Amino acid sequence: MSLLELKNISKIYGELKALDNVNIHVDQGEWVAIMGPSGSGKSTMMNIIGCMDKPTLGEVLLDGVDIAKESSKKLTDIRRDKIGLIFQQFHMVNYLTAVENVMVSQYYHSMPDEKEALDALGRVGLRERAHHLPSQLSGGEQQRVCVARALINHPELILADEPTGNLDEANENIVLDLFAQLHAEGTTLIVVTHDPEVADAAQRTIVLEHGKVAREVINENFEAQQKEWLARLKG
Amino acid sequence: MLFRMIKGVLIRQWSKMLLIAFTIALGASLATSMINVMLDVGDKVSQELKTYGANIVVKPRDASLMADLYDVEDENGTLSAAYLPEEEVGRIKTIFWTYNIVDFAPFLDTTVTLPSGATATVQGTWFNHHLDLPTGESVDAGVAGMRSWWDVTDGAWIDEQTPGAENSVMVGTELATRENLKAGDMLKLSGTTGDREVTVAGIYDAGGDEDSQIYAPLGLVQALTGREGKVASIEVSALTTPDNDLARRAAQNPKSLSQRDYDTWYCTAYVSAICYQITEVIPGSVASAVRQVADSEGAILDKTQLLMILITVLSLIGSALGISNLVTASVMERSQEIGLLKAIGAHDRAITGAFMAEILITALVGGVAGYFMGFGFAQLIGQGVFSSAIEMKPLVIPIVAVLIALVTIAGSMPAIRMVLRLDPAEVLHGSKA
Repeated sequence: MSLLELKNISKIYGELKALDNVNIHVDQGEWVAIMGPSGSGKSTMMNIIGCMDKPTLGEVLLDGVDIAKESSKKLTDIRRDKIGLIFQQFHMVNYLTAVENVMVSQYYHSMPDEKEALDALGRVGLRERAHHLPSQLSGGEQQRVCVARALINHPELILADEPTGNLDEANENIVLDLFAQLHAEGTTLIVVTHDPEVADAAQRTIVLEHGKVAREVINENFEAQQKEWLARLKG
Repeated sequence: MLFRMIKGVLIRQWSKMLLIAFTIALGASLATSMINVMLDVGDKVSQELKTYGANIVVKPRDASLMADLYDVEDENGTLSAAYLPEEEVGRIKTIFWTYNIVDFAPFLDTTVTLPSGATATVQGTWFNHHLDLPTGESVDAGVAGMRSWWDVTDGAWIDEQTPGAENSVMVGTELATRENLKAGDMLKLSGTTGDREVTVAGIYDAGGDEDSQIYAPLGLVQALTGREGKVASIEVSALTTPDNDLARRAAQNPKSLSQRDYDTWYCTAYVSAICYQITEVIPGSVASAVRQVADSEGAILDKTQLLMILITVLSLIGSALGISNLVTASVMERSQEIGLLKAIGAHDRAITGAFMAEILITALVGGVAGYFMGFGFAQLIGQGVFSSAIEMKPLVIPIVAVLIALVTIAGSMPAIRMVLRLDPAEVLHGSKA
């Protein structure tokens, strides 16, 4: 069942076509990577899928609703209710502790629940760092807080923009393990990246070039990777 | 959560918020001091002007009427045929606005011949006359208090409480020079009903017509003129409220006012209300305002208040600009945070609400600090300009609170617009493209 469908999407800035007649669909529970060099339209696509921008032409169906036609207020509601965002720069509110940063997302969604927020931090291995300020956390820890914040409201779609771009290998693996876990739980993941290793972790990779879909690559080893991951987790 | 966020900003970004609070405190302090001074300046200016003489003159009704009808006055401004009884002068201190009567003195004048053959005007009056009022209070009234700017160049003021004062006089410096008189000299005054040998108690320099006159105790002039127990006029120095439309209408004819307006007018210290009340207690008299003094008082007050309003407005505009700069800088600095909150689902209203809550709490702290700073400034102004404390009126608190709230909101508007226009995609990714 399709969760997201982009139909003939174009985003035009004057003479520049950031996206040019793109067609994509992402099924519920699928893990998709979007790859491409700089200027290929990855961030533009991320903004459109993340309800932070609208296409110039085309339809964006999220759960059957054309978000390209929605008001800015409605887009905020969709973002809040259906999407968990993770950015390359670990954007956090610098005067709030790790747990408070997670609770902020709850606050704007429904009701802050510190216990639930602490559990989410526990899930990313940061329970004991819950009351530290961002300035007291490493880059990897900050990104894990951002993952906890993204998943706290149980979104249908996790949208990550270069989530491992500023991480070392150890932290990159931690984040990818978290994504694998979320995927195993049925969460849909779209990861924008230029890192082939990160893209290889996904079920399917969509490669963008010059604002167009150049090709799609199915990860034939995905099932085996998942089994290996589960075994590693149990071990 | 909102409380935690606001607390986080206020505690962890205290230096920025302190700067905003300080800017607000400066505006609040100036507004507080200026408004307090403005509300109190009427009484202060009035008190200042009272040191320059009387602002009300009481005359016999007949004399006043004749003067008004035919414009016939003698050289002293009154018709000599009409007098008021001296025993009724003290009733001035029994009117509704008794505490606003600062000083008063009756006058009776005559012309005497001096030993040199020259003539001079003698003003009979009270110097520091002691009165026991029917209310049980006692006061000292007279020209010693009402002519405080006189410079006694030789000798001293006549003290009516000392023996021999009834035969002492004070001579104007011009006349003293002409007649070669100095303090302690004996002087023979020849009046219409006989001669009196008096002692020169002091020589004064008034800087006006009085310098060629003689000021003598009232009883002495009454004896010289054979008008015992009579006075020709009374000068009154009163603290008054500057005239407004109601006072001007009442001055024309109090009976034309509605009962409510009449009560308001009667119970306000307008010069016309005080004149009216004096006329009530001294039958046969007409009390009228010395327009020059009343008008100067109004003009000075209007200009002073205008100056205060301008300073207050300018200081508040300055504060608004300062707040605007600081808050806008803060928004620019926190643009990623605001973009993030928008990205995770915060509506514009929620973000601006939280932002305004932070600023208004800071404004409250700055406003309270500014109020007390303003209290200090007002006292400095009061002591420096009027040599007395400025009364802090409770009314100022809500006025300053509203002004500070308006200034803070106005100063925050550019920043709020920036918050509303802020695009999360732009600040979180650097660019949409």
